[in-house]
Amino acid sequence: MLAFLVQRISQAILVMFVISVIAFAIQDGLGDPLQQMVGMSVSEEERDAIRDEMGLNDPLVVQYLRFAGNAVQGDLGISYFYGKPTLDVILEHLPATLELAIGASLIILFFSVPIGVYAAIRPQALLSKFFMGVSTVGISIPVFLTAIVLIQLFSIGVTVDMFPADTGWGQNLNSALSTEGGLPSYGRGDELTHLFGTWHSGFFSQGGLLHLILPAISLASIMLPLFIRLIRAEMMEVLQSDYVRYARAKGLQPGRINFLHALKNTMLPVITVGGVQIGTMVAYTILTETVFQWPGVGLMFLEAITRSDIPLIVAYLMVVGLIFVITNTIVDLIYGLVNPTVKLTGKKA
Amino acid sequence: MTTATISRWDRFRDSFLWYSFKRDKIAIVSFLVLVLMVAAAVFAPLLAPTDPYDLAQINIMNSELPPVGMSGADAAFPLGTDAQGRDMLSTILYGTRVSLLIGFGAVVLQAVLGILFGLLAGYLGGRVDSILMRIADVQLSFSTLMVAIIVGAVFKASFGNLMFGEIAIYMLIFIIGVAEWPQIARTVRASVLAEKKKEYVDAAKVMGFGTRRIMFRHILPNTLSPIFVIATVQIANAIISEAALSFLGLGMPETQPSLGSLIKSGFDYIQSGSWWITLIPGLVLVVLVLVINLLGDWLRDVMNPRLYKG
Repeated sequence: MLAFLVQRISQAILVMFVISVIAFAIQDGLGDPLQQMVGMSVSEEERDAIRDEMGLNDPLVVQYLRFAGNAVQGDLGISYFYGKPTLDVILEHLPATLELAIGASLIILFFSVPIGVYAAIRPQALLSKFFMGVSTVGISIPVFLTAIVLIQLFSIGVTVDMFPADTGWGQNLNSALSTEGGLPSYGRGDELTHLFGTWHSGFFSQGGLLHLILPAISLASIMLPLFIRLIRAEMMEVLQSDYVRYARAKGLQPGRINFLHALKNTMLPVITVGGVQIGTMVAYTILTETVFQWPGVGLMFLEAITRSDIPLIVAYLMVVGLIFVITNTIVDLIYGLVNPTVKLTGKKA
Repeated sequence: MTTATISRWDRFRDSFLWYSFKRDKIAIVSFLVLVLMVAAAVFAPLLAPTDPYDLAQINIMNSELPPVGMSGADAAFPLGTDAQGRDMLSTILYGTRVSLLIGFGAVVLQAVLGILFGLLAGYLGGRVDSILMRIADVQLSFSTLMVAIIVGAVFKASFGNLMFGEIAIYMLIFIIGVAEWPQIARTVRASVLAEKKKEYVDAAKVMGFGTRRIMFRHILPNTLSPIFVIATVQIANAIISEAALSFLGLGMPETQPSLGSLIKSGFDYIQSGSWWITLIPGLVLVVLVLVINLLGDWLRDVMNPRLYKG
């Protein structure tokens, strides 16, 4: 176990090193910090003097070591746009993204497990086939499109007047196909509760929760089909196994077998896939936040790109990279703990 | 030559592939829809009523006209017009063309990279294998879309808006191809590992063939069917990635729109009620991706039952 731990952690450090080199290369390659600082009138000698003073003429290795040393101490530079340390800017925006991710994860958890298990227990039922069909279509719909459709339906609202309004059935169809709209589709609202530090939460007010509904559903919609399919496939395999048949022969309650005995082993691969999907989730938060103007780190990153706010871009890369590396390492370790068949030396079977 | 082509056609007609295709209604419908869309995209310059790239044909007075069937529509613009007064039907045809081009291009690039690295990793093994697969693992753990967004962001910041817009097609093919190669490399590696234990490889070695010849001439042809399955699904993924990048403003510029940038430019007008500018290209995108995915599912079932899971 210790060898496994050491191997995973050293790999994590290696990955973090590569990320920091890439981040440094971006910072070094994009834009001259001097141009941002001094005007046109400063002479070439003075520029050279400032460069020397700032250490921009040092060898690249020395510059990188300084960059890495500052980064380890939490100093990732000053954002051009906000005029504040980039880490502070990211920490201000992080709670919004986390709340969005938590909301989406809750939706995924509450829907994928029951639907996946049901589709596995009754694969031939009409409802199962319906769920599987919807999930096939769902995988093909990009997250921003789901978000736009949700906005059209539940925020703007749809008025259908195609059918003749003077007949009873026409009126019924019109009103059945029309939607009310009215749900907020922009930002987080102003009813935020201050928790601690930079964390302002929307979980504790009606307005905050209302603002969360559409973004969270959009974000969940892209991952939900994947988890439903995964849980169904794993569950079907587990249901074939000997110990489940033995439990049946013993006369245990079907509910107990399905949800206690079988589900436990089904969740094992779901944990790993879930861990891997955190990366995908971060990418999708960028898309979701863009559609809903949700003030999280994803939107902040995109705005930093359009503003060429290079320190903020670099800081975002470092922070997101760190989050990925930490979660992936933890998922690996948990998987090694709960599944002893994984060769602990790290070679995948 | 004629006999050869006839016998090939006969072989195809007797094959299991054709047999199962004839029996699968979903596959037939998907295939027909896909052929229709690809044909419409390829022949867009002939089919489209107007040329959306030609500023002279655009009249701003025609902007935001609804599709035919709604009040205020103009019969000259069956799917309405966008905010710049461009005919939606024409822009969608041209947009599908751009999206498909990037999708195919990106998959060709990732197939080249994936096959090369997968073969090397699987056949040579040892250190080459562990280094290549570690890179693939790390890249996959960041998710391909995330990698594509970051690379796109860096390119955009370093080339500047104008320059990036001009070479956007090549950039996107490069970005998506590089971001997604691990998917194919892993599949190839797994098949190579299984193939290289077989006797024909030993025979080739005994006959004294070189490593390169064995890898590309002997093993590669036997790993093609899983590559084919993965590549089909990857086209759909590449099209979605392209749309996502364009939606974020890291892809095709509005002057040369893909489906993704059409959706993006329409989204700005959805609050004013012009839903068709964003939702019609969106629907086209979903149908395109869906039929490719359904075909991929069918291919996977037919060509490689042992891959089947979920």
